[in-house]
Amino acid sequence: MIDTARFKPKTVYVIYIASTPEKVWQALTDSAFTRQYFFGFAVDAEPRVGGAFRLLAPDGRVHVRGKIVSWDPPRLFASTWLVEGMQGYGELPECLVGYEIERSGEAVKLTMTESHSWEVPEEILKGGQTGWPKILSGLKSVLETGKPVAMKMEGPPPDMTEAVKKALVEKPWL
Amino acid sequence: MSKPKFVYVTYIRATPEKVWEALTKANLTEKYWFGYRVSAEGKPGDYMTAVNPAGRQAHHDPILESDPPRRLVYAWKPLYKDLPQEPPSRVIFELEPAKGQTRLIVTHDEFSEGSKIFEMISKGWPAVLSSLKSFLETGRGLEPSWNEEETKRAVQA
Repeated sequence: MIDTARFKPKTVYVIYIASTPEKVWQALTDSAFTRQYFFGFAVDAEPRVGGAFRLLAPDGRVHVRGKIVSWDPPRLFASTWLVEGMQGYGELPECLVGYEIERSGEAVKLTMTESHSWEVPEEILKGGQTGWPKILSGLKSVLETGKPVAMKMEGPPPDMTEAVKKALVEKPWL
Repeated sequence: MSKPKFVYVTYIRATPEKVWEALTKANLTEKYWFGYRVSAEGKPGDYMTAVNPAGRQAHHDPILESDPPRRLVYAWKPLYKDLPQEPPSRVIFELEPAKGQTRLIVTHDEFSEGSKIFEMISKGWPAVLSSLKSFLETGRGLEPSWNEEETKRAVQA
């Protein structure tokens, strides 16, 4: 089992969606659905705790690899993330990405939490803080309008790449 | 300890002009801002006013900057008497075109340490801005059951 207590929440994003928990669950876990809003990426999740989690780039390469930590449809979905698809990132400690789905009146409240096991520099957190609003705004649009969202993933800004290089030399998590 | 600051980013399939209009015209805000009529059409020195669904004034705050459809800044001091009296905080709206969408960045800062109002707005903005996005993309805002406390406060005369 993965010890999740060592991960501390660093980035939290809350969004309300006119939908049902079941549909939001599908939007997060079904590969054909995630391609419509997640920069064309496909989530490939083995539907059980301890199962494999992968995020596949549009060309089929593995972008993120991890393990499923929570699988409780349609309420909780969490997995570890090791970002293999970006230079150097795969050597950083894995992080934890969790989604909580709750009913809120006629809508659904979706809470995404990105947690880390070490003192991640702000420059590295910036990556998720830039990406999550795009991804989750897109998810909401697709569920509410039925139209896919064509947004591209931007490459990491230079100060983020520098912060990753520095972390790989200093290894502050050791 | 650093002072609390809230930042929320959302992408909306609408032009910055449409988003600006929806943020500043009372007849539009009441369709998604949980019944609140919020008017912020004025220039710096004018006021942002908000009236709750019960007709009670909730805000009368100076507009600090207005550069349609890019940047709007106003002070924020709720007029409800049951809230702790705190100095005014500040809300900044930044609107940027982003490939056929608008990136809307809302920054709410200048809170004092331990602010209770900060806790409230941290829950409130994601609901209001999610509803704004729904309204502009589908013509329908979200239902106001997002926060019982706020709903109760809104209907109190």
